[in-house]
Amino acid sequence: MNTAAHDSHDHDDHGPVKGIRRWLFSTNHKDIGTMYLIFSLTMFFIGGLMAMVIRSELAIPGLQFVHPEFFNQMTTMHALIMVFGAVMPAFVGLANWMIPLMIGAPDMALPRMNNWSFWILPVAFSILLSTLLMPGGSPAGGWTMYPPLVLQTGNAFPFLIFSVHLMGVSSIMGAINIIVTVINMRAPDMSLLKMPMFVWTWLITAYLLIAVMPVLAGAVTMLLTDQFFGTSFFLAAGGGDPVMFQHIFWFFGHPEVYIMILPAFGVVSEIIPTFARKKLFGHDSMVYAASCIAFLSFIVWAHHMFTVGMPLTGQLFFMFATMLIAVPTGVKIFNWVATMWRGSMTFETPMLFSLAFVFLFTIGGFSGLMLAVAPADVQYHDTYFVVAHFHYVLVPGSVFAIMAGAYYWLPKWTGHMYNETLGKVHFWASAIFVNVTFFPMHFLGLAGMPRRIPDYSTQFADFNTIASIGAIGFGLSQLLFVWVLLTSRKGAKATDRVWEGSHGLEWTVPSPAPYHTFATPPKARIANEAFE
Amino acid sequence: MTRNTILSLLGLALAGTANAEWALNMPKGITDLSLETYNLHMMVFWWCVGIGIVVFGVMVISLIKHRKSNNVSPATFSHSTTAEVIWTAIPVIILILIAVPTAETMVKMEDSRKPDMSIVVTGYQWKWHYKYQDSDVEFYSSLARPSLEARRKQSGIDPFAVENYLLEVDNPVVVPRGAKVRLLFTSNDVIHSWWVKDLAIKKDAIPGIVNEAWFRANESGTYRGQCAELCGKDHGYMPIVVEVVEPAAYTAWVNSHDAEQ
Repeated sequence: MNTAAHDSHDHDDHGPVKGIRRWLFSTNHKDIGTMYLIFSLTMFFIGGLMAMVIRSELAIPGLQFVHPEFFNQMTTMHALIMVFGAVMPAFVGLANWMIPLMIGAPDMALPRMNNWSFWILPVAFSILLSTLLMPGGSPAGGWTMYPPLVLQTGNAFPFLIFSVHLMGVSSIMGAINIIVTVINMRAPDMSLLKMPMFVWTWLITAYLLIAVMPVLAGAVTMLLTDQFFGTSFFLAAGGGDPVMFQHIFWFFGHPEVYIMILPAFGVVSEIIPTFARKKLFGHDSMVYAASCIAFLSFIVWAHHMFTVGMPLTGQLFFMFATMLIAVPTGVKIFNWVATMWRGSMTFETPMLFSLAFVFLFTIGGFSGLMLAVAPADVQYHDTYFVVAHFHYVLVPGSVFAIMAGAYYWLPKWTGHMYNETLGKVHFWASAIFVNVTFFPMHFLGLAGMPRRIPDYSTQFADFNTIASIGAIGFGLSQLLFVWVLLTSRKGAKATDRVWEGSHGLEWTVPSPAPYHTFATPPKARIANEAFE
Repeated sequence: MTRNTILSLLGLALAGTANAEWALNMPKGITDLSLETYNLHMMVFWWCVGIGIVVFGVMVISLIKHRKSNNVSPATFSHSTTAEVIWTAIPVIILILIAVPTAETMVKMEDSRKPDMSIVVTGYQWKWHYKYQDSDVEFYSSLARPSLEARRKQSGIDPFAVENYLLEVDNPVVVPRGAKVRLLFTSNDVIHSWWVKDLAIKKDAIPGIVNEAWFRANESGTYRGQCAELCGKDHGYMPIVVEVVEPAAYTAWVNSHDAEQ
């Protein structure tokens, strides 16, 4: 038991203010983390509902429920909401809650900015969602916002640009906060290489965010001026170049992919050692691998653009650079397997989600390697094969890691054990349905079905029906997660350490974690040795 | 329609391959390069299968043997530089083995010199326009009437009853077998992408830019494709049909077209 936590509990602790002011004006990393997580879950269901619309329409050939215009609005909004509203805020929420606890800091370094960076998000997404009610509907040009098509957006256009700007501002502030916290507020005896993997991957992610979110802001600002102020950055008629937008967008977009997966690597790297009861294998090489991935993410963007007509040398460069990413990614996977090897594993819900992550993310990695092969990519590009690929890395990848993290840390947050049986049911339903949904999409893409189409030729009917059944099953399974959260209050009282094999500073504070922790910096090494 | 779905699901469950049109894999196509593309695709696929068997195999063995319920106590090792070097080096070697033949194919794909004929393909929202540069032939190519009627929301027409639903056009592109055909792509409005999988060609048609690709068809027949880049509400309704015919039939087709105009 850590004395610092107790001291603060005894005389320093003032609880949260009551009522709405606790949340509106909060500067507490735990409250803000909770708000991020609840916001993210809400967006996950809103984006999920849009996915249900998409999969219902695609269940059988012919147009049954929606018009093509609305279908395109759904695919566009589904992507924007899931990327910027569900996955990214979930990881920021986990970071807010866990990074100060993991490094022994009393709070985030910039608590007021923390409040601001959260409260921008509901505003940004209210603006984005309000476009659904506007004349002409919401944006329908795809989340990639390629001009000239995106310039055909109706009244929603300036709202799209403004909400993307707000999301970027929020992300940049969150990233600055994490970097400043991690660099300045670690427990005195925690050197950089002693930091837990989740903190490491988030530190790297935060640098990626700061590097690329301004690029996205620049790109969408140029769209805005092209639309309203007579510029021609991307308009051929005025001497501009539509392809330039794609270069700029993917210079943001590819690091963005790793922004959504590196913290997932971190979560899984915390959980597997806990339930294997064995230290993370190759901690330092994991750090180097994550840094390599981050570096490479800046020089591979044009692999999203093998069909735009690049010079041969350009194609070769981006292909080779892309293939190289397989090396550090492989190192990560091999290290997780080596962590399990000769461990003493148990299979609680967080471990199950983490194991599924390793299996299914690897499958997404395989299709990623296939996509790197430029001539084959010409065939895969903009088909359901790509849809299958990025959903494999995002759903059983990022989302499963978020679920794993939520189950893993939930007892620390609430002070109660969740219902393990329900958690396992949630896991198995999710794991089965996610494959039923996305695996057939590989076949659809190879057989020639383009993505982002509301209706398709009859030869694609069978697999689409299977995918739709899987999607509805997956959507319903997530309601179980809400049920687990709502009933977790009734669970048994959680111990401080919660899991038999858990390790690190966050497990030295009581469960639930008091409102203020680590008012006095702890000794990280002593805490860790106590667990060995 | 529901009955069809149930029937096709049943069919799938009973005999997956019974449906003649049921495709699982990339087609080999009808050009030398489409076959090379297919071979590259399969090569990487089998590498992935091999790596998957090793990695998942080790993982599964570990999941079975190294569990607490077997009363094993955890080992304490947590680092091995040798292991890290090995599992960095082996993937690099595999990647080189993949990269070399891939680069060779890419060089061939970009070599569009000395074509026998050229066609300018222009994307419109939502149809294609083809202009044969060596003759006066030019025409628009749009979704065929039966599909157009059936595609409407709740049209009441069963898509299964429409031949080549959404993959049929009024005016197909006709090209001679064996000729090196160069395609020049551009667009009149937004970005489109011309994709025929049997030719292994997918190239963006971009306003203000001319892209090129080429193919030499080895087999005659009808080959279908679709626009692959989101281009607005009717993106799903601008298919591509390429008819590869014998050279003599091609000459006759050009002449008949000239006579019409």
